[in-house]
Amino acid sequence: MRFSGEFPLTLTIAELVQGLTAGQYSSAEIVQDVLRRIEAQPGLNAFITVDRDGAEAAARMADAARARGQNAPLLGVPIAHKDIFCTAGIRTTCGSRMLTDFVAPYDATVVARLNAAGCVPVGKTNMDEFAMGSSNETSFFGPVRNPWDAQRVPGGSSGGSAAAVAARLVPAATGTDTGGSIRQPAALCGITGLKPSYGRVSRYGMIAFASSLDQAGPMAQTAEDCALLLAAMAGFDERDATALTAAVPDYQAALRSPIQGLRIGVVREHFGEGLDATVGDAMQAALREYERLGAKLVDISLPNSGHALPCYYVLAPAEASSNLARYDGVRYGYRAAEYRDLEDMYKKTRSQGFGPEVKRRIMIGTYALSAGYYDAYYLKAQRLRRLIAQDFGQAFESCDVIAGPTAPSPAFAIGAKSDPVSMYLNDIYTIPVNLAGLPAISLPAGFVEGLPVGLQLIGRYLDEARLLNVAHKFQEATDWHRRAPAGF
Amino acid sequence: MEWETVIGLEVHAQLKTVSKIFSGAPTAYGAPPNTQANVVDVALPGVLPVLNAEAVRMAVRLGLAIGATVHVRSIFARKNYFYPDLPKGYQISQYEHPIVERGQLSIMTEAGEKRVGITRAHLEEDAGKSLHEAWEGLTGVDLNRAGTPLLEIVSEPDMRSPAEAVAYLKALHTLVRYLEICDGNMQEGSFRCDANVSVRPLGESRYGTRAELKNINSFRFVERAIDYEVRRQIALLSSGGQVRQETRLYDSVRDETRSMRSKEEANDYRYFPDPDLPPLVVSPELLAEVKATMPELPEAKRQRFCEHYGLSAYDAAVLTGSRELADYYEEAVQSSAGEPKLAANWVAGEFLARLNSANLDIADARVSARALGGLLRRIADSTVSGKTAKDIFEAMWEEGGDADSIIAARGLQQITDDSAIEQIVAQVIAANPKQVAQYRAGEEKVLTFFVGQVMKASRGKANPGKVNVILKRVLAS
Repeated sequence: MRFSGEFPLTLTIAELVQGLTAGQYSSAEIVQDVLRRIEAQPGLNAFITVDRDGAEAAARMADAARARGQNAPLLGVPIAHKDIFCTAGIRTTCGSRMLTDFVAPYDATVVARLNAAGCVPVGKTNMDEFAMGSSNETSFFGPVRNPWDAQRVPGGSSGGSAAAVAARLVPAATGTDTGGSIRQPAALCGITGLKPSYGRVSRYGMIAFASSLDQAGPMAQTAEDCALLLAAMAGFDERDATALTAAVPDYQAALRSPIQGLRIGVVREHFGEGLDATVGDAMQAALREYERLGAKLVDISLPNSGHALPCYYVLAPAEASSNLARYDGVRYGYRAAEYRDLEDMYKKTRSQGFGPEVKRRIMIGTYALSAGYYDAYYLKAQRLRRLIAQDFGQAFESCDVIAGPTAPSPAFAIGAKSDPVSMYLNDIYTIPVNLAGLPAISLPAGFVEGLPVGLQLIGRYLDEARLLNVAHKFQEATDWHRRAPAGF
Repeated sequence: MEWETVIGLEVHAQLKTVSKIFSGAPTAYGAPPNTQANVVDVALPGVLPVLNAEAVRMAVRLGLAIGATVHVRSIFARKNYFYPDLPKGYQISQYEHPIVERGQLSIMTEAGEKRVGITRAHLEEDAGKSLHEAWEGLTGVDLNRAGTPLLEIVSEPDMRSPAEAVAYLKALHTLVRYLEICDGNMQEGSFRCDANVSVRPLGESRYGTRAELKNINSFRFVERAIDYEVRRQIALLSSGGQVRQETRLYDSVRDETRSMRSKEEANDYRYFPDPDLPPLVVSPELLAEVKATMPELPEAKRQRFCEHYGLSAYDAAVLTGSRELADYYEEAVQSSAGEPKLAANWVAGEFLARLNSANLDIADARVSARALGGLLRRIADSTVSGKTAKDIFEAMWEEGGDADSIIAARGLQQITDDSAIEQIVAQVIAANPKQVAQYRAGEEKVLTFFVGQVMKASRGKANPGKVNVILKRVLAS
């Protein structure tokens, strides 16, 4: 059947690739529709930059390549990149005034690999400034709106990517996750998002927030799509000394493994204070679904997870305070228009170029690393980090994956959380995973008052294949991930 | 009161790697500004450092050469501060866990050999340069140097005089060039030195407050800067004042040190482990590989030259001053057919003097070691006298060619035949009856006159030893 008229972007990547291979439609046609959809939704504010010319050209090239018999796994599939990934020739702002006009001369490894796999990049998605935020409200380019309710946040920091996929503007997007920035917006927007193990995906060309925690990952409608994307993104990169050399398994083949007898750890501490009762109910329903699929629930404890938030809010700002020192107005990026001397140039440039949340974290981090405070903050937080990682190690002795809520509540209203700490509390379930360097996935697991709720599955180190498998089985049995917000 | 000077040196040696320590950009000196800085050196967003394995090998070489502990595991840390020539806003260095610790270096002092402790040596990256000259009211930034690998070598406060400090610096300079890890070019900044200087009453065991001297980038300036600083501190303390802990800049034009910043003004560098770089691991395999390729070190070579060639300690020290010179010497010995002492005199004397006056490196010497050896052979077998040999050497230097062909072409072969010399002697005696009478009357110093006359008559070619013997015999008869 040849496609005609409006393009059904409710299709997953797996389905799109089938159609492209079968010649039902061309990449150029899909991309035209993607561009039309993006332009029809300016109010969503999901994109900072749309590269119409580049997308059209890339789609034509993909179609030409297919006509020549080439068959890259994602050939012709449109994708949006979080504006934290450098793209040669297309500006990369990181959601900041500081980089409003910054154009990198290189592609991030993630971008280059997805290009090599045949993806057609259509633009750059909105995000919290320098990935610091859980609501997308810290972006210099304004907040992104949640497609399920325009008065609510999409989550953050990969809020633009999550909203774009949820609104079916694009079938896939990249995200980054330092403390939950893929999983939390995926949960709040009702899509599937995977944060791989630390080191699984190269960080080269991905603008650093907290280097020991940052990790890139895929955001799409389904776990199967995440598997296809991760296969293209993952693997060693000689330009990133923290990239792992371990071979990349066949994620797609692993999807169909049976989960009969799978031991799912349920974290006692995740179902206590701080969790919305309605979200808790949705989680219980999801766990019962897994029991029906043959899995066994195991009660586990992560005793130190309560320390994760303070630990994270020392380490991440400490690294950020150093990582963001390069934005000094000397070589590129924003520079204050008027200044007296070098010192004044630094002060004005950084005062004007960074937003309040970024400045807050730079100050926290600078303080934590200062002489006289280093032991009390940074070193203590490092010790806590090891304890938190040990907790997971112990938990995985009695279970294969850990399941629980991704976020304590569904999407909240824009402007509702003006107190930074109440905002930080959104990430209590996701942050421990980054501290331990483990993989985790968030998948749609129901609705509360019309808003999607995410189930988080946490895996053993480098066990992405199992996570995708366990998520895929859930999606075979449920249709939460198939539901699109009204009007999209 | 008698004072004791206490000196410790921090040396920054640029490593001779082809590319930078954390990027693939070249390290060559002197290129137009910002042509040797890539995206990593410029610290564009999202770029990451990847450690250059060659820089690690070089650090291990130094560690082994100074008998230090080369740590299996060391950590890169970030030293945070803002400056326009520091692109990332931090320098990647090693702080709590350096790659090399606890070594030592032997130096020669007036009192004999002395061992100077080396606290540590760590890997780090160089910064760029700020250019203040070219633009009115503006500062230029050249990032070519940014990311050049440095080995910072920190000594114990073991030196007790400016002369000892210079001896240590020279010994270290010789060593890094032997190891082929640093070209040692102080003018270009490949080998830089800061000095920590304090004084204390003789007999006091605690150290005095120290000042750190910067910008002392020649052996001469090291001596002069420390000398000035010691006098300044003693004058201060003697008049009841106190030395402040501070960084001082040496001004070679005015030959004085000036306060740059006090301890209180010093940056809080907020060191922490660099999360972009995993711990640096020196595997047993790497250690073995480096060990297997270690060159003979200056100390060992000096000793061998004394024992094997029978050289004086002084000559051995001069000839092992650089690996190139030592190699030149050994090749000259070999080509001379076994004349180590003669070769030592010539290499340390005529050759070095000519090289220095022409301001040339050994590699550019106009007389090869083999050619010099050929000349030495002709001195040894008495074909030419030492004096004639100097002329031949000069000719070789200026015009090229080997000793034998110059001797043949110019007829410089020495007259060693007794009867030929006797003939000349006879002529000289016959022509100078007055001097003969003087000699025979007991004025033996007239002999010099006869030697001179005979040499002149032979146009310098008569063997001077034989001339002496024959003259004495004939005059006595």
